[in-house]
Amino acid sequence: MVIGLGHYLTVSAILFVLGVLGIFLNRKNIIIILMSIELILLAVNINLVAFSSFLNDMAGQIFAMFVLTVAAGEAAIGLAILVIYFRNRGSIAVDDVNMMKG
Amino acid sequence: MESFGQNIFLVHPEITLAVGAMLLLMIGVFRGDGALKLLSWIAVAVYGVAAVFVTILPADRLTAFNDLFVTDGTARFLKLVIYTASAISSVIAIAYLQRRNINRFEYPILIMLATTGMSMMVSANDLITLYVSLELQSLALYVLASIHRDNAKSTEAGLKYFVLGALSSGLLLYGCSLVYGFAGTTNFEGLRTVLHATLEQPPVIGVLFGMIFVIVGIAFKISAVPFHMWTPDVYEGSPTPVTAFLASAPKVAAMGLMLRVLFDAFGGLSEQWRQIIMILSALSMGLGAVAALGQTDIKRLLAYSSIGHIGYALIGVAVGNHESISAVLIYLVIYMFTTLASFLCVLAMQRNGDQIEDMSELGGLAVRQPKLALAFTLILFSLAGVPPLMGFWAKFYIFKSAIEFGGLPMTLLAVWGVLTSVIATAYYLRIIKIMWFDKSSQDFDKPDYLVNDVLLTATTLFVSPLGWIFLGPLQAAAMLAARALIGSA
Repeated sequence: MVIGLGHYLTVSAILFVLGVLGIFLNRKNIIIILMSIELILLAVNINLVAFSSFLNDMAGQIFAMFVLTVAAGEAAIGLAILVIYFRNRGSIAVDDVNMMKG
Repeated sequence: MESFGQNIFLVHPEITLAVGAMLLLMIGVFRGDGALKLLSWIAVAVYGVAAVFVTILPADRLTAFNDLFVTDGTARFLKLVIYTASAISSVIAIAYLQRRNINRFEYPILIMLATTGMSMMVSANDLITLYVSLELQSLALYVLASIHRDNAKSTEAGLKYFVLGALSSGLLLYGCSLVYGFAGTTNFEGLRTVLHATLEQPPVIGVLFGMIFVIVGIAFKISAVPFHMWTPDVYEGSPTPVTAFLASAPKVAAMGLMLRVLFDAFGGLSEQWRQIIMILSALSMGLGAVAALGQTDIKRLLAYSSIGHIGYALIGVAVGNHESISAVLIYLVIYMFTTLASFLCVLAMQRNGDQIEDMSELGGLAVRQPKLALAFTLILFSLAGVPPLMGFWAKFYIFKSAIEFGGLPMTLLAVWGVLTSVIATAYYLRIIKIMWFDKSSQDFDKPDYLVNDVLLTATTLFVSPLGWIFLGPLQAAAMLAARALIGSA
């Protein structure tokens, strides 16, 4: 069997859906949300590289590099916010993030 | 092929901001947190220099860095609006931050980094520029929202903003990757050519999917319903000056990005995205009017109010002709000033050094602080769109363009807009009633920040009928900016 563009897109779509579901269905831990966000960005990168190779066009791979770099910065800021949040509340359970409602 | 010098010339405003932010960082590191006031005023000067560079840019549409970056009338107009909002947001925060011992010198620097991102957003001409600039803005804003790091509410606001903001960036990126794959280019002009070519046959489904994801990602940033859930929480939890900033400049920038993407990149698919924008607009107006009715926290109420206002601006985007785009730009300017004025009022309302956030505690304001109560009343009437004030003209131009566009759906949308602004008036009137007619034995703190008072007076005069003298020039400038956007399509 030849692995074509469709297979890559399917894998990436599955990863993307897993990432989105991970954000909404997870009731335990905010770290899992951060992992889900990384999963979404990973899905995007697979898409970009697959398209780039399929179209014989470099732009997609360059885009993937930018995504990787920004994702690193995003994770750093996310963890920093998580740390100060934990210092204030002593918990990182998703169910405890409920001071503001309405 | 442009020369390197010309490329650099076109991004002078952004370079000024980036270098300015680094300069401020150096001063801050050497002088410590006591430098907050100095840094804020230097920041205002940097915005002034950047604004001068924007005004000397050529008026026609020019691209830089292999078409990654574009500057035209629309970009120049929006950049000036964004710099104004950022400059005001930097200085109104000084007193608040000092009084609460969160006078970290990073505050004006983060605002300036976010402004650099916003400035690039409205000049984006490629999906890569779009993503990088949007993230530059968002990452600085996440930190700003949680800048009061000893406060549980502020950190929770930052966390919520981060998670939902990162999700929206993920959706936007997935959309970008699909558009790139099925259209074969990331450049906005390239996309327009390709998508026009497929106009005879129905557009490729992959591109449509990508476009919807991109629109959803940006709808998160402008907090259009149903992608608004972060807005009330983040507005309530963030320190008030940060909320003032979040409600003004980033909204303008994200709307500018929306205009760029819809008209530059997806101009050929306007029949497809018009329906999406109309639904977003109708839902935002409805929720903005109804959900605010039961609120007791004034910042939460203003959050729902801003959701509603984005709905009105989206009507103009959905219509999509010269008149409606210039109406959107006028709306954004008036909304920006009115929102900043409303948050200046919230900042000025203090009791024993604490911010008053519960609306019911505003009783007796008219007796004890008549000037503040009068200013807040004018601003709330302007937000509601009561005729002699500027907020009325903002809505008037939008509804006029929708009615002139014709067709049943657009007319219904305009009628729905009028209905929801009537409902929305109810909650603005409730605050006014509490301020003027409720009694309270407790006194309010005297406003003692000269800069905030001057800015509040200036913005209130702008929304009052005196602002009409600006209406003519504003309209002319907005029309020029709208022609730059649509004329190229």
